[in-house]
Amino acid sequence: MTQPTATPEARRRPTDAAADDVTSLGRADSRAVRRRSLRLLGDLLRHHKPALAWAALLVVASTLGQVAGPWLVAVAIDRAVPAFADGSVTPLVLTGAGYLVAAVLGGVAAGAYVRAAARIAQAVLLDLRRRVFRQTQRLSLEFHESYTSGRIISRQTSDLEALRELLDGGLTGVVSSLLLMVFTFVSLALLDWRSGVVLAVAFVPAWLLTRWFQRMSQRYYREQRTASARLIVKFVETMTGMRAVQAFRREPTTEAEYRALGEDYRDANLQIFGVNGRFQPGLILIGNLTVVAALGVGGWRVLEGTLAVGVLAAVLLYCKRFFQPVQQLGMFYNAFQSATAALEKVSGLLAEEPTVVEPTNPVPLPQGSARGELRLEHVVFRYGDGPVVLPGLDLTIPAGQTVAVVGTTGAGKSTVAKLVTRFYDATEGAVRLDGIDVRDLASADLRRAVVMVTQEAYLFSGSVRENIALGRPGATQDEIEAAARAVGAHEFVLDMPDGYDTDVNKRGGRVSAGQRQLLSFARAFLADPAVLVLDEATSSLDMPGERLVQRGLQTLLADRTAIIIAHRLSTVAIADRVLVMEHGRVVEDGAPADLIAGDGRYAQLHAAWQDSLV
Amino acid sequence: MGVMPPTDERSNRSEPSSASLSTVASIRRLHPYVRTALPRLAGGLLASLGAGLMALAIPRVLQWVTDGPLTAGAREHDWSGLAWSVVLVAVLGVGEAGLILLRRTLVMFPGTRVEAAMRMALFRHLQDLPVAFHDRWPGGQLLSRIMGDLGLLRRWLVFGILQLVVSLVTIVVGVGLLVATGGWLGIIFLCGAIPVTVLAFRFSRKYRTISRLSQDQSGDLATTVEESVHGIRVLKAFGRGPDALDQFTEQAAELRETEIRKATTDAGLTTALRVIPEVTQAVALVVGAVLVARGEMTLGALVAFFATTAVINGPVVDLGMTLSMTLNARTAVDRFFEVMETVNPLTDPDRPADLAPVTPGRVSDTAGHVAFRDVTFRYDDADRPVLDHVDLELPPGTTTALVGLTGSGKSTLAMLPPRLFDVTAGRVEVDGVDVRAMTRAQVRERVAVAFEDPTLFSASVRDNVLLGVSDELPDAEREALLAESLDVAQAHFVADLPDGADTRIGEEGMSLSGGQRQRLALARAIAARPRVLVLDDPLSALDVATEEAVTARLRDVLSSTTTLVIAHRPSTVALADRVAVLQDGRVTAVGTHQELLASDPHYRYIISSLEEDYAAHADPGPSTDTATDPATDTAPEDRATQEALS
Repeated sequence: MTQPTATPEARRRPTDAAADDVTSLGRADSRAVRRRSLRLLGDLLRHHKPALAWAALLVVASTLGQVAGPWLVAVAIDRAVPAFADGSVTPLVLTGAGYLVAAVLGGVAAGAYVRAAARIAQAVLLDLRRRVFRQTQRLSLEFHESYTSGRIISRQTSDLEALRELLDGGLTGVVSSLLLMVFTFVSLALLDWRSGVVLAVAFVPAWLLTRWFQRMSQRYYREQRTASARLIVKFVETMTGMRAVQAFRREPTTEAEYRALGEDYRDANLQIFGVNGRFQPGLILIGNLTVVAALGVGGWRVLEGTLAVGVLAAVLLYCKRFFQPVQQLGMFYNAFQSATAALEKVSGLLAEEPTVVEPTNPVPLPQGSARGELRLEHVVFRYGDGPVVLPGLDLTIPAGQTVAVVGTTGAGKSTVAKLVTRFYDATEGAVRLDGIDVRDLASADLRRAVVMVTQEAYLFSGSVRENIALGRPGATQDEIEAAARAVGAHEFVLDMPDGYDTDVNKRGGRVSAGQRQLLSFARAFLADPAVLVLDEATSSLDMPGERLVQRGLQTLLADRTAIIIAHRLSTVAIADRVLVMEHGRVVEDGAPADLIAGDGRYAQLHAAWQDSLV
Repeated sequence: MGVMPPTDERSNRSEPSSASLSTVASIRRLHPYVRTALPRLAGGLLASLGAGLMALAIPRVLQWVTDGPLTAGAREHDWSGLAWSVVLVAVLGVGEAGLILLRRTLVMFPGTRVEAAMRMALFRHLQDLPVAFHDRWPGGQLLSRIMGDLGLLRRWLVFGILQLVVSLVTIVVGVGLLVATGGWLGIIFLCGAIPVTVLAFRFSRKYRTISRLSQDQSGDLATTVEESVHGIRVLKAFGRGPDALDQFTEQAAELRETEIRKATTDAGLTTALRVIPEVTQAVALVVGAVLVARGEMTLGALVAFFATTAVINGPVVDLGMTLSMTLNARTAVDRFFEVMETVNPLTDPDRPADLAPVTPGRVSDTAGHVAFRDVTFRYDDADRPVLDHVDLELPPGTTTALVGLTGSGKSTLAMLPPRLFDVTAGRVEVDGVDVRAMTRAQVRERVAVAFEDPTLFSASVRDNVLLGVSDELPDAEREALLAESLDVAQAHFVADLPDGADTRIGEEGMSLSGGQRQRLALARAIAARPRVLVLDDPLSALDVATEEAVTARLRDVLSSTTTLVIAHRPSTVALADRVAVLQDGRVTAVGTHQELLASDPHYRYIISSLEEDYAAHADPGPSTDTATDPATDTAPEDRATQEALS
């Protein structure tokens, strides 16, 4: 038996996952990626403009409340105390009441801001989480075969966490800081324009330092996001494959690999802390030196007699105050860099276009539901730019026919299944259901009409009931039990601790592979589609189980179209028609009895299979 | 689908002890991880306090120079006074920046290193914990601990803890100063501090519960994401993407509600921390003004009082933020230790059996002798044992097929020799030694497994196949093993992959077909060259011709290996010299295929594909109820009647 010249499933398209890991991008790329992520951020915040304005207002109110305190103290000391001494109570009462009002208003505004910011942050996060989740479901299988699940998980977890930090804490600082800085600078410039110039000059090194920080931290945050994604991918993979890791004593190797990735992540974090750790004291140094400069220049002018001492005192105070919020700005900028680096990754995932596209003007099925006639017209298929798997297949399956497809691994059987179920689209030619190109059918219609059961019977955590009900949400308990009975799963389910309410645990831990296949069969029974595709769906069943499923199948398939792909010819026995495939072509096609009577490939296969039986 | 409700989750997971610990006691458990970092943290704290002092000193110098030399100003032309003060401010300014640089440099290493060390410790522990643990814990919960929680802890170690200490010191010193020097005003201020303290304590209790809930919920959300990706084929095949999205949205919305509740609690504290001190200051202002007007207090003292409160206000407001950060870190510590303190019930013996070392990767000269002696196995949470007093011998060099109905405990039995699970009672021996007397490494050197669910790793085909082969082996030998095992498993498709055996295969080997993955998993088990080989339905996904070819080659290879193969069909049984039948958790018959066919009706029922046998065995009626009965583990009486019938 010859092996296929190339294994289609192993071919991959040049993947975006690779681009995903690049940290030092070219200038143009870097800008494009950044623009894409900022666009996403803008888009996410667009719906929250009123809330954002409200939050900004609360910040301003809380800042004013903060500033009002010292000012009122000054007023009290300068005016109210002398007035009180003179017997006038009003100014003191007024300032006291003013202080009280400012305290309460400012405090309430500060608290309200925390809540408002959290509301915005959580709404944005929910929105983004849904977008990523929907996108993950929308993308074609082709994409999932190259973009590891760990990466998607890291997009959904640690990347979104970075955004959350920006939205939660970052905004508080930036509004009040900018406000204070502008206010301080204007006051200073009005008070003494020469000192204003000194402060403006200090801007130059501060700006240069910020540029340096921006450049470095952008790169390091990218590295950090990539390192964190790699760490997550490795972790998810190791935990998912823990049985194999332990059985083959790979713990030391995986530990070493994980350690190396952990060290990369640690180094990325160190670099970020390092950049931050120089940026922040750098700004403080510039601020302090500005005060020194202002003191030197101003003091000289005072001694020359061209500047009043009172003015200098105020100038120095303003200079000192001007640089205080800069630190908060730095922190905001930090959170911002981290979030945009994360958003770069997330927006990259969101920008992926599925290769299997939902039609813009879907064609409805006549009579609302499918009859189940399938036609493959000159179908050519290749995975990405890999070798041709199906060189040109013409096939018609009338509604209600049960077709078995046999052939060696890699002959293209599974590819036919994936095309009929539209997991992939044909490279050339068309696949038609009841005469309608499957590419023109709404996904909901297609999925209702065509259902596939694969060898890999995945169970989700949750109860047995929920897992079967996946076939048809909203099914009644009776319907679920009937489906389970039909495939012979009912009894073992009843034997489980809580029957249908038994939790199947992580990845169906306590259910054997055969039982898992029975449950996924029950799912398909419940879904009740017009076309059922079984791709090696009975491989792990034992003989009695298989016999039962076959019995069930005979009833089930009586009035619907079915494509059965199986290595076990026992499953093939119930078929009306057998196709033997080789190298992507149908080499034999006929009723099972006719083919067995001949001397072709199927007759040989059948003889070999008969020999293997008892 | 869906995740288990968080309450259930936690009840069987959390150590009740962590919840009852005080925050300080909980965080003190970090000591072994932070011990080496403590000097640096202390240094960082000193630098931080030093920087604070310098920052406070600068305004004093400015005040002195404006009040002194400069006010004397134009008259005295005290150039040297000005020059000195400029130099002094410059020194203090540079000093402040320098100390902050020092603080950040000192703190960044411990923060990141402690995180990395804890992450490795957790990873090591997770790898040590048995399969049973991993079956119970959803991946997302573990992931959110090792990434989210430890990241939180890192940030707390780098920023939070210093901030907390500096804030507290400033507040305590400030309040002390106020009380000592402020007279009545100080007492008024102290009165304000009492409700603040009470509120802060009540806040921490409430916040901790919500913070725990939120961290658990994000773990559950991560689990849902993980499953939606791993189960993408099922969701797509049934068109259930929208339903999955709905369910995810519901969960995410729950998390949002928790987060908003958390923020509301936080907002309450923020409001209190702002309003209470400020209100006491308003009262102090009025009282102070009256006292000054009456001459019972100097104006200077009033100014000094407010100058000091201004210094305290900042840290008090920050306290809200650092307190919530600390509580989040505490939750993270609890969640970390929940896993770290999970006791591993499946450990290496203190004094492992003294066994001759296995030559790595070579055909073992002696095949192993495996014996199950009165083995009973029950899953922790099950009421009935899966295996009930099983006795079975696997003589050296033989191949035994294990046959039984779906769910009869075959796969469970297969997990016992490599110690993936340990028996509940009885024992499993390899070469006369109880496997529990060997270290896990010792056992697994001797026993290799190919699972029914082939797990491949994101690595090259070579690395995947040579997983159980020692790295110390010369390359030539490794290559020879690779070639041979791929050949035996009929995995010739590897040569046609883009980079041959160097081709990377994706996560879980997803980009290969089921049959291809299974052949690689089989090749991996063969390449390990164990004394004992356990194959769990290793040929299920192969087509008849390939299966035949594999079987023929495998029989040769297995001649020097004791093999236990779980079989569902006659073609797999053909690999074996003898067959053991597992029924209702017991081995009911052992013999050759032919013998059992002749003598054992249950075996005939399981393995025979002939409809007559089936019909003889069960009521052939079309009613599904009766027809399905014999296929599953029904009550023993039923079975007895069926067998009596046949």
